[in-house]
Amino acid sequence: MTEYIIKNGCVIDPTQGINGQKMDICIKDGKIVDKVSNSAKVIDATGKTVMAGGVDIHSHVAGPKVDAGRLFRPEDKLFKSPNRKSNLRMEMGFSVPSVSKTGYDYARMGYGFVMEAAMPPLEAAHVHEEIRDTPIIDEAAMPVLGNNWFLLEYFKNHEIENAGAYASWILNATRGYALKCVNPGGTEAWGWGLNCITIHDKVPYFDITPAEIVKGLIETNEYLRLPHSIHVHANNLGNPGNYTTTLDTLKLVEGYKANNDFGREQVMHHTHLQFHCYGGDSFKSSSFESKSKEVMDYVNKQKGLTIDTGNVTLDETTTMTADGPFEYHLTHLNHLKWTNVDIELETAAGIVPFIYDPKTYIAGAQWAIGLELPLFAKDKDRCFITTDHPNAGPFWRYPRIYKWLLSANARNDLIKNELKYGDKVLDTTYIGELSDKEISLYELAQMTRSGVAKALGLSNLYGSLKTGMNANVAVYDIDPENLPSDPEQYETAFGNVFAFFKDGVLCIENHDIVNYSMPKKTVWVNSIVPENKQVERDIRDKFLHSYTVDLENYAVQEEHVHNPYAIKVDITE
Amino acid sequence: MNTVTITMVKQPQLFLEADLITPDQFAGKSIEAIGAIEISEGKIKYPLASFAKIEGVSGATAAETKIVLNGDLTRVKRIGQQMTAGEIIINSNVDMYTGGWMKGGKITVNGNADSFTGIAMAGGELTINGNCQNHVGSAYRGDWRGMTGGVLRVTGNVGNDIGTFMRGGTIIVGGDAFIHVHTHGEGGTIIVKGNIQARVGGQSVKGDIFVNGKIDFMMPGYKYVEDVEKDVDGVKAVYAHYVGDLGERHPEAKGQKVFTNLYLKK
Amino acid sequence: MQEVIKHVACPYCGACCDDLEVTVDDGKIIEVKNACIIGTEIYHHASREGRVGTPRRRQPDGTYKDITYEEAIDFTAKMLIKAKKPLIFGFGSTNCEGMAAAGRVAEDAGAVLDNCASICHGSSFLAIFDTGYPSCTLGEVKNRADVVIYWGSNPAHAHPRHMSRYGIFPRGFFTGKGARGRKVIVIDPRYTDTARCANQFLQVQQGHDYELFDAFRMVMHGYAADVPAIVAGVPKEKILEACDVIKAGRYVHIFFGMGLCHSDGRNHNVDIAINLVRDVNEYTKCTIMAMRGHYNIAGPGIVWAWQFGFPYCIDLTKGSVAHMNPGETSSVDLANRGEIDAFINIGTDAGAHFPIRAFEKIGGAGIPMVTIDPSVNMAATVSDVHIPVAIVGVETGGICYRMDNVPIQYRAVVKPFNGILTDEQLFDKIYERMQELKNAGIECDGTWDYATPLADVRPIKEVYQ
Ligand code: SF4
Ligand SMILES: [Zn+2]
Repeated sequence: MTEYIIKNGCVIDPTQGINGQKMDICIKDGKIVDKVSNSAKVIDATGKTVMAGGVDIHSHVAGPKVDAGRLFRPEDKLFKSPNRKSNLRMEMGFSVPSVSKTGYDYARMGYGFVMEAAMPPLEAAHVHEEIRDTPIIDEAAMPVLGNNWFLLEYFKNHEIENAGAYASWILNATRGYALKCVNPGGTEAWGWGLNCITIHDKVPYFDITPAEIVKGLIETNEYLRLPHSIHVHANNLGNPGNYTTTLDTLKLVEGYKANNDFGREQVMHHTHLQFHCYGGDSFKSSSFESKSKEVMDYVNKQKGLTIDTGNVTLDETTTMTADGPFEYHLTHLNHLKWTNVDIELETAAGIVPFIYDPKTYIAGAQWAIGLELPLFAKDKDRCFITTDHPNAGPFWRYPRIYKWLLSANARNDLIKNELKYGDKVLDTTYIGELSDKEISLYELAQMTRSGVAKALGLSNLYGSLKTGMNANVAVYDIDPENLPSDPEQYETAFGNVFAFFKDGVLCIENHDIVNYSMPKKTVWVNSIVPENKQVERDIRDKFLHSYTVDLENYAVQEEHVHNPYAIKVDITE
Repeated sequence: MNTVTITMVKQPQLFLEADLITPDQFAGKSIEAIGAIEISEGKIKYPLASFAKIEGVSGATAAETKIVLNGDLTRVKRIGQQMTAGEIIINSNVDMYTGGWMKGGKITVNGNADSFTGIAMAGGELTINGNCQNHVGSAYRGDWRGMTGGVLRVTGNVGNDIGTFMRGGTIIVGGDAFIHVHTHGEGGTIIVKGNIQARVGGQSVKGDIFVNGKIDFMMPGYKYVEDVEKDVDGVKAVYAHYVGDLGERHPEAKGQKVFTNLYLKK
Repeated sequence: MQEVIKHVACPYCGACCDDLEVTVDDGKIIEVKNACIIGTEIYHHASREGRVGTPRRRQPDGTYKDITYEEAIDFTAKMLIKAKKPLIFGFGSTNCEGMAAAGRVAEDAGAVLDNCASICHGSSFLAIFDTGYPSCTLGEVKNRADVVIYWGSNPAHAHPRHMSRYGIFPRGFFTGKGARGRKVIVIDPRYTDTARCANQFLQVQQGHDYELFDAFRMVMHGYAADVPAIVAGVPKEKILEACDVIKAGRYVHIFFGMGLCHSDGRNHNVDIAINLVRDVNEYTKCTIMAMRGHYNIAGPGIVWAWQFGFPYCIDLTKGSVAHMNPGETSSVDLANRGEIDAFINIGTDAGAHFPIRAFEKIGGAGIPMVTIDPSVNMAATVSDVHIPVAIVGVETGGICYRMDNVPIQYRAVVKPFNGILTDEQLFDKIYERMQELKNAGIECDGTWDYATPLADVRPIKEVYQ
């Protein structure tokens, strides 16, 4: 394999405490090495920033509901898709891009790994088919388990070992990565058109509460010693006044400790926190306000937590979540088309187009709340930037969010000039209080690289430029010694990486994608547990009586998993 | 106003896509530059001049540019797409999407137009002195924002899906319509002077529909209110006023439900 | 040696029953268990005499001569490159791997890519674009539904095991009483065999489902009193009675079929059904599902949505972006209007399923045509080239999507007949050949007259000399 040397760039790598030092990064045989021979190809990074490849902890990029979102929005493509570049596949779609556009755009931002945020186990094969067709980026997917009938029954009976045996079976069967929990109990209630709003609402028939489900999942996760913690989207998403539910949910981590060999410290990752930090009693009344400070005060104190933001980008987008009742609620607010898929014994999904219109007060406030979270975060290794793509905005807007965080001017300008109710937003959120706060490039690297990889238990694979790491390296047109005066340059630079290496292969050179056919990995967790006859019986029984597919056709067959990379976790050893 | 005259001299084997034939594209361009404007037949792109003779001069801006199209344009799509100002006169039958997404200016077709005429039109005047096929003044697939403004006039007959997802503007049909008029409408006005077979105002949220002829099958969701006198396209007459679609959601204004009004000439 | 292969999914209808047991002996299928009659038939077809084992080229006298795969692939690749607007249509019996490979070829060729949905459930797609699709997987119906409505569909004939596996009879988790615990409503212009299983049958006047849905919606919106005495041939009392059953249900599910998609204003018949589902959710849980016909006809919509963002009628000729607008870019409209100059018919029989007028247009214009199909169907008998491929679900596996979009992993039970290629292998080879030809300077220059036959097929080596 070719050797490369990225010369003279300003390296930012929080995993080594490197903050803008001029250094050369050497690449050989796909890895970062100490030195290379004279024949190495030189990438001149003088006056540029060099970081590890970005890591996305939560993005809906592959699978049934993403695809249903693509399918039911032809208007998301019309006059909104960029023209195909001669050497690439077509890139279709604005808010829910085609798989090609997904892979290319992540690469253009310098990202090498993306976690698909919700994989319904029954439809895992679909997720893997899309992963196969998505170029460049490594991917993993989290099976959705917060409303799974097996687990609801095991948790009700406090059978954590059984829950563990089942969850382990699911990870293996779906080639999944972590235990995802969406609107615990509420999505099962949605099977009857109902919901669970607080963490103490009983789930119909199963006679269990969201709080018990979340605690059960934490215990299961730590019993299995998994690389990632449980990954939670709490109850009551998107509703005014929901921050109390959020705090109640976050506090469930108290008393638990991370148990794993991957360097992960948290026991719960709470995703798209922006949607969960609302005060007030209705979208219609003026009581709607930010409670980000109240929530972040707790997050800052609690080492057992990590969060991602879910930043609103003020675009027309497509919301999609396993929170079925929420999407039903949303379609009543905006009267737009509504897709829903309830998935037998497991989960659900809803999809509704949505316009975050800067001319409305609510969208402005949501935008502000999303930015408050990282600005309030004390430990940038525990707070990650996402848009919950495509829920709060498309992922390819990340560079715009970076701009709003790196430059207070950019933020304040927008409040003044683009938000119709900027003054009201200043009154009802904390964004004014934070009006001179800015994050550094180093902090940005924590929030998009090192911290994320650590929270995912993937520090050995991603988010670092240490010698021996897989060579995912991004070079940006930003000179840390001479930061741009025009904040727009941040957006341009982070959206059009100067050079990008994926596993040591030069993918983007001089801003253009030159190679997108390098092998990409599907990362999954091969969890091994003691034999469990009871769970085996339970599985056979449910497939015999309740599922509509045969047990033997449920697990994703090896031939349908693209270039798998297994992380083995054996708790029997 | 300056005029550019385009005369078709050659027919395509398949169909031509000519979305760049607009005053906006022509304005300020020389005849040579206009001749170089791309039109496509399937995957091949040709200069406009390879199919048409181009004469005259364009204006400095779209508003000062008039385009006259002569010869047989039956197999030419997308003329006047997204135009914002100026004028186009087509002395021929024409294919699909004529005046699609147009925002301003004026198009006159002296002939028949195919489907998707005036699709998602937002402003301007579009007149077809002839018949149209389906989806006149309709929305693009999946978009809830159909026609939002302008006046779309068809002197002859039209097919199905007239003003689907319409939100504003006016459609006037001189002849008959087949089925689905103002379906999913949420504003705007449709006047049909002839007859309609069925499905008038189905799933319509609000807006006004006038029908001077007969409707063979009324939607059950329309309820008779009273007889009223109305001035419709300059002619006064008595109409039976119905409201509906009672099977659809409706917004409220001042504590009152707002319905779609269907006026059927007595 | 006899071998029984279990958990085999059936490559016939959209019910995708995956519990079949197939007994094979020395590469021959001996017995099929658990499948319905039409499902069993497909397996026996595979071992039948008269299957074609090699590609064939039509001769000037109308007879067919065997040619090599290389020759057939060369013809197809050249045709795709030379044509200004080739159409690739079908995919009624192709796995998703084949569809993805075809998507790559179509994009590279600047073709129009379309599937059978365009002539059956395509109107459902239009409805989904406009109103969304509040649906579920079939297990939700089995486990929860206590009110099941079949509207314009007759599974007793089209999906024989649908009622027993999913719709009416199964005993699920919350539906232990099976059929006794379910109220079944059938709405159809004819008293079908499915209607025999119904508690209530509403005989809607042919072509007036839209009005009947409107009446149902009026009741849901509180305007029962304003419903006319008879709507679409159905008396008001019957409508109110059905609405009472719906409102009293704990979980209501509507299966709709081609009856809605094949009458005038077809897409709106479906979108008003979907809007009814939205309305019913104000009272109780309600979901809806299209009774998709072929076992993997949901597949192309899914695969091409992730590749191009559109499920069907995908015009890739612009090269820059994909464009979709059924009514323009739909196969039958393209054929009728004379908008295509080459045609690949794959995994379907355009000869049998296109409206005759449209198919005659293709034939009449002398458009070059390639059929890719395991069997000799009508279209194959008039094609320039017929390329046989392995039968999915019998000779090759792959992923197929059930009518509820659940991926089912199909299995091969015997080896491909005569070593023929799979769809995926074939399309990958066509793609490679297109690259070779393009590199050799063959391009679409607009001068190709499709009505004059392509130059004689020559072996690949010769082409390069
Ligand atoms: S119902 Fe359909 S899928 Fe099931 S066995 Fe019969 S034909 Fe095959
Ligand atoms: Zn999410």
